[in-house]
Amino acid sequence: MFDGYTASELVSILAMQGFAGLILFSVFLLMALGLAIIFGQMGVINMAHGEFMILGAYMTYLTSTITAEYFPGLFAGYFFVAMLVAFITAGALGLLMEWALIRHLYKRPLDTLLATWGVSLILQQTYRSVFGAREVGVSLPDWMMGALPLSDTIEVPINGLFVMALTLVISGIVFLLMFRSSWGLQVRAVTQNRVMAGAAGINGRRVDAMTFALGCGIAGVAGSAFTMIGSTGPTSGQLYIVDTFLVVVFGGAQSLLGTIASALTISQSQSTLEFFLSGSMAKVFTLLVVVLILLIRPQGLFVLKVRKA
Amino acid sequence: MFGTRRDMIGLLIFAALILLVLPAALDLFRLNNVGKYLTYAFVAVGLVLCWGLGGVLSLGQGVFFGLGGYAMAMFLKLEASSPEATAIQSTPGIPDFMDWNQITELPWFWEPFHNLGFTIIAIIALPTIFAYILGAMLFKRRVGGVYFAIITQAVASILTILIVGQQGLTGGINGITDLRTLLGWDIRDDSAKYILYYLNGFLLIAVILAGQFIKNGKIGRILVALRDKEDRVRFTGYDVAAYKTFIFCVAAAFSGIGGAMFTLQVGFMSPSFVGIVPSIEMVVFCALGGRLSLLGAAYGALIVNYAKTVFSESFPELWLFAMGALFIGVVVAFPQGLAGLWQQYVQPSLIRLVSRKPSATAPAGPTAPAPGE
Repeated sequence: MFDGYTASELVSILAMQGFAGLILFSVFLLMALGLAIIFGQMGVINMAHGEFMILGAYMTYLTSTITAEYFPGLFAGYFFVAMLVAFITAGALGLLMEWALIRHLYKRPLDTLLATWGVSLILQQTYRSVFGAREVGVSLPDWMMGALPLSDTIEVPINGLFVMALTLVISGIVFLLMFRSSWGLQVRAVTQNRVMAGAAGINGRRVDAMTFALGCGIAGVAGSAFTMIGSTGPTSGQLYIVDTFLVVVFGGAQSLLGTIASALTISQSQSTLEFFLSGSMAKVFTLLVVVLILLIRPQGLFVLKVRKA
Repeated sequence: MFGTRRDMIGLLIFAALILLVLPAALDLFRLNNVGKYLTYAFVAVGLVLCWGLGGVLSLGQGVFFGLGGYAMAMFLKLEASSPEATAIQSTPGIPDFMDWNQITELPWFWEPFHNLGFTIIAIIALPTIFAYILGAMLFKRRVGGVYFAIITQAVASILTILIVGQQGLTGGINGITDLRTLLGWDIRDDSAKYILYYLNGFLLIAVILAGQFIKNGKIGRILVALRDKEDRVRFTGYDVAAYKTFIFCVAAAFSGIGGAMFTLQVGFMSPSFVGIVPSIEMVVFCALGGRLSLLGAAYGALIVNYAKTVFSESFPELWLFAMGALFIGVVVAFPQGLAGLWQQYVQPSLIRLVSRKPSATAPAGPTAPAPGE
């Protein structure tokens, strides 16, 4: 499959595909981070996660349209507002869903899967009714357009760099929250042993609600980032949900580090393979390898060693 | 052996409904639709066994439905693509979509599907073998519950992408269409549709009987036990993985039969019945009808699909709202589905009405708690 390429061309191809993979990795990781918090820490399968992401994407679209219409002077910076809006709306919706639905189902994880699937159907139809069935795209401010040439044959798009930086920042914040804040300590305590955590004075209900809302909020930001590399339609979220779950499961459900490693592996192999195989075969191949590895090592790449109650 | 007297009465009523009442009441078009809904009931019945009874939720039943359906479709397609019928193609004798994709030779895995005997075996064997591989590997490593659900979902996703991507070999997104005859017998004319409907009905009843046999036998009791306390069953010395694999294979085989009957009655097979969305919908049929009741699941498949047809004919944009609300409502309010409501409210008063004996031995509804994992 390497026939007909010179060595330097191959290097450029691999570099470009590697970079495309990094952008994919960033979006995967943003989506997976929210899911890793909800699924990994709380054991809730949120099938509507993709729709929370799309909510963020639509909020970004709305913000960009409104900014362009009423405050054209501020257009260069609308993205930061959009991300905040996306985070808050997705988080608020997550909080509502947790309160209305999820908290009744914590003891029945397979049932949360079905119920949240129902939520995702309703959200999809809501998007279709509100925003129309056609895909929408946002226009980027000028400074995000264009590409940065690294050498004669290699250049990197600026919006991709921005997404990567964003991912880095958000992962950093999540890490700080989970491992350096007292709130994160409470989350981890509740995950490991709910009863003991309650005995130590931690309000498990509140921790659950906040964790769920945070996970959904991050999904919203992921959607915001997603608008920079693709257009948004009512069912876009569904396309990514299985991949995202695989990322989380493959990484080892309770390990954030594992999530990062697996997002990197999956996205890199997919985008590199995409150049040599057709897009769909690359995806089949990647998913197949992931499933095969999971068949052999079901606990995922990284295992958090915890004694189960 | 096949169930209590009450089970048998229920089954008789169901049989009378699908074999006598519906054919008499509906015109052929609607009846053909009902036949299509009933093919999903095969999957739902399988899900009752593996999910309701065994606690193994598979979100990839569409894979097995699809394998059975594609096996049947491949046979029919080969028959429809005889060299005489496809003389205008650049390579006569291969299916039309292969010709369009510049394939000049029948792929090796299509060859055996010239033979009907092989095809019938494949309809059951392919899903079973596939389920065995998946189940044996996962259950032996004690993967269950949520993880199993996600992996089966990934498998469904892989198979869909594969089918869509390999257009020349599988017919791609359009699926395998334009199926005409089965050994020279035209499956599209009216009498064939009636015959296929009845065949489908009888097969479904046979499958439900088989399900009752499993459910009421030793295997059924062990499955319920391992659903509720897997470790205790394991410590008692049972091979938990073997039982789970077995029931998963049974569910897969049932789905395969359903898929084949779908192809025969509807006249095509496409990847839109294989992927994640149809697989989850099939779980809904089962959940709505009652995850612990074989008959309930069959009714669930009928009712949900009928509602879907009615809704999408008159209020297409409301259908997803209704479906979503149905999901949430069933899961939160009636985890035992319609069958649970029936057994809890209708059946006791019915029994009181019929027997008028205070000592009527009504076993108190389904006492099993909702399977958690």
